[in-house]
Amino acid sequence: MERVEAFEVLEPGILTTVQDLGRYGFSQFGVPPSGALDTFSFRVGNLLVGNQGEEASLEITVMGLKLKALRDVVIAITGGDLFPTLNGEALGMWRTHLLVEGDVITFKRVLSGCRAYLALSGGFFLPKIMGSRSTYLSGKFGGLQGRALKRGDILCSLDRPQPLNRLGLRFPTDWIPSFGKEAVLRVIPGPQDHHFTEEGFQTFSSSTYHVTSQCDRMGVRLEGPKIERRPDVEESIISEGLISGAVQVPGDGKPIIILTELVTGGYTKIAAVISTDLTKVAQLKPGDKVRFDPISIEKAHHLLREQEDRLREFKNLIETR
Amino acid sequence: MGLYSEIRFFCMGDRGLLLEFGDEIGSEVNEKVRRMTLATQATPVEGIVETVPTYRSLLILYNPLILSIDELKKRLKGIEEGLQQTPFPEPKLTRIPVLYGGSYGPDLEEVAKYHRTSREEVIRLHCSKPYFIYMIGFMPGFPYMGELPQELVTPRLKTPRLSVPAGSVAIAQRQTGIYPIESPGGWHILGRTSVKLFDPEKEPPALLRMGDLVQFYQISEKEFKEWNG
Repeated sequence: MERVEAFEVLEPGILTTVQDLGRYGFSQFGVPPSGALDTFSFRVGNLLVGNQGEEASLEITVMGLKLKALRDVVIAITGGDLFPTLNGEALGMWRTHLLVEGDVITFKRVLSGCRAYLALSGGFFLPKIMGSRSTYLSGKFGGLQGRALKRGDILCSLDRPQPLNRLGLRFPTDWIPSFGKEAVLRVIPGPQDHHFTEEGFQTFSSSTYHVTSQCDRMGVRLEGPKIERRPDVEESIISEGLISGAVQVPGDGKPIIILTELVTGGYTKIAAVISTDLTKVAQLKPGDKVRFDPISIEKAHHLLREQEDRLREFKNLIETR
Repeated sequence: MGLYSEIRFFCMGDRGLLLEFGDEIGSEVNEKVRRMTLATQATPVEGIVETVPTYRSLLILYNPLILSIDELKKRLKGIEEGLQQTPFPEPKLTRIPVLYGGSYGPDLEEVAKYHRTSREEVIRLHCSKPYFIYMIGFMPGFPYMGELPQELVTPRLKTPRLSVPAGSVAIAQRQTGIYPIESPGGWHILGRTSVKLFDPEKEPPALLRMGDLVQFYQISEKEFKEWNG
């Protein structure tokens, strides 16, 4: 299929990257997965515009992205509400839109959450690196030349008929996650929860933490009550693999939630955020409040199945439409 | 204590299972990690998404919608029982040329002073034996290697550098490593190599692998520049 020009970047905003579901199978070479941080919003976007799910979208952080459509395209915007507008008029989220050549989309400011996803029918077309189109910023590869978008970039898609039958399609309102200024993150304790005192774990699971300005695609650093470590264990551990959502507690006793651009680390992990709540982590921004709620792994898997059922139900709904 | 008699399993969230094989950095424990990694990769189990081998543990990422954690543990125990039958490759030795000192190795002088010896002696010691690659991690293609000769064991920098150039050859505690890409770093930099350790377009993308060996050797600035072409 031919590549065609879909958008011109008029303003790149604070940080906009190309992401898909990530790069797996290369951790043994020190390569972290990268990929969309809020995979739920990302996947709903792709479903809305009729993609399979592996297509790349734009991950837009906080504000400022301004794009001009270079042809007629079907898009959907999901995730955090960054006040998207079309030629100056507010543009609805979690639904499809047809843009015509010359239309300008702007993300004006944060109304809720932190990251929005712009899905394009056919996906943003770029070469796959190690099986993925995700941008890995510190590794400087993947996505668009391993970097964030900049002014003047031309974004391409595959030349395929736009799914006009999808126009007007909406994701059910009841199923749209809401991103407030306070998030309760459910966690599975471990692997090093036993490195902390009972009081320390109690502090972790009952305190409110604040998101600091150190908040990016590698992790979210929190400020709040110090988590007490057992006196007979060392502060660091022998380096081991990391998972997105792992809650590290370094020497200062303040938790850091690890995200998708790290592969190994030598700090103790008191717990890890469950898969379905990574959406909430992705939408945290400086100043937001966070609490941790330990649950069982059975409960976490149940919640994940529920979410999958919902996405499957939505997919069926679209296809039988 | 060394190698555990049985693998210890820990949950890392709802889609990670950590297999711990021992409580130290050593060749016996690391060999078990490597054998288990190779065997797991050679036995396709639907639902295993990723394997992250490190010094003494192996993190398995799985899809709980396809594979339950109990089934995963059962499959892994089965793999462990057949470990001795899995082919285990001989270590490959890679020779890495290094331009030591000067602006390429800004910490050579300090390391020599710390050990009350000469720069030449630090270089001689660093090149005195092949190093074993315990794991690749921290960043793409970064080899964690050991053990350094006792006379070279040096604590990390008190304040990490914000930027370490790609190709920097460095030491920290009993380990030596090479920064494949520019990054922040807290290790003492002894020199620099022109060998490309990581190329995202190549298959495999990393030059070095866990379980292989690296021998450093000294080159002159002229040779270094020729190497760079």
